Amino acid sequence: MSITLQWSDWLAMFGHFMVLSLLSVGGAITTAPDMHRYLVDRQFWLTDTQFNASVAIAQAAPGPNVLFVALMGWHVGLNAGGPLVGLFGVLVTMLGIMLPSTTLTYLAASWGHRNRNLRWVRAFKQGMAPIVIALLIATGWILASANVKSLQDWRVPLLAAVTAAIVWRTRLHLLWLLGTGALLGWFGWI
Amino acid sequence: MTPSPDVPAAEDPPRSQPRSLTDLFVSFTLLALQGFGGVLAVVQRELVEKKRWMTREEFVEEWAVAQIMPGPNVVNLSLMIGHRYFGLRGAMVALAGMLTVPLLVVLLLALVYAQFAGHPGVAGALRGMGAVAAGLIAATGMKLMGALKMHPLGLPLCIALALLCFTGIALLRLPLVYVLLGLGVTACTLTYKKLDR
Repeated sequence: MSITLQWSDWLAMFGHFMVLSLLSVGGAITTAPDMHRYLVDRQFWLTDTQFNASVAIAQAAPGPNVLFVALMGWHVGLNAGGPLVGLFGVLVTMLGIMLPSTTLTYLAASWGHRNRNLRWVRAFKQGMAPIVIALLIATGWILASANVKSLQDWRVPLLAAVTAAIVWRTRLHLLWLLGTGALLGWFGWI
Repeated sequence: MTPSPDVPAAEDPPRSQPRSLTDLFVSFTLLALQGFGGVLAVVQRELVEKKRWMTREEFVEEWAVAQIMPGPNVVNLSLMIGHRYFGLRGAMVALAGMLTVPLLVVLLLALVYAQFAGHPGVAGALRGMGAVAAGLIAATGMKLMGALKMHPLGLPLCIALALLCFTGIALLRLPLVYVLLGLGVTACTLTYKKLDR
């Protein structure tokens, strides 16, 4: 895949990630559906495969899951010109997703700590709970169904559903599950 | 210092704290590198139980704020812990520790992936891991559903809000901002009315 990005496009992407940063209550992963809508469906800067690879590689790697955002910038940059542009893409997406939320957290941390018993602070925290939970499940749904084009592609959603059930109900280490998924895929069963 | 009832009992292990900014950076880097599929559990075990930089109660309080704020929760938490000991410099160093080396690792993995992306096995393995990752994220949401039982709005209303949100995002593919603003403001306002003055 090869694309051309103008400076205005990079700026638009930066702005989009800044907005998502402010909306990412519950973690950056809750904004993944919107990133998919923006990068894959609307701008055509990323393929479905690259989008899913970004999330999967970041999940397989140690560290905060927010690094999937860096990989999206990396892949957009690769599509637009190569590894150097890829590093620039990492800079754009990571600064975009991190700057607003960390600044806000920094400013609010001490204040919020002192005022954690205020009624509206509790209302915000508790009121968002059902929304944030549904967002996580919706994210899993979108990732599992991204490549489902026909009924023959039932295996990926099935593996996702089985994984979700196992993680929900048992304490099995997540690496076993990721390893099993990799093996199933390697031998072409998925 | 005057003794008070809050003073920890003598048998409590002594409180500790990061010795320097370097200690902070290295500690958070090591934390991040141990966290496969979620760093939070590692942060709790290392900082509270092993290093004793904070008590369990302090950890829970900081975590509540980290969750309220937008952004990655664990990253927010590291920022707040760094701030606690070394101010703005501490916050930035903790953030850098959490992200720098893991970012390099993830880029390295992406490069390795690109070298072998043409191999049908690798493409398949990624597809399989992607499916598992999708399940992991959904399961995180499912695990948290238990927290709604004690919700001031009551379980039925919570489920209705969650179903509306799921429908809007997963099925209708509406932009996140409208769903968050529409349903979020509704949910928070309803909760506000239910809470004690």
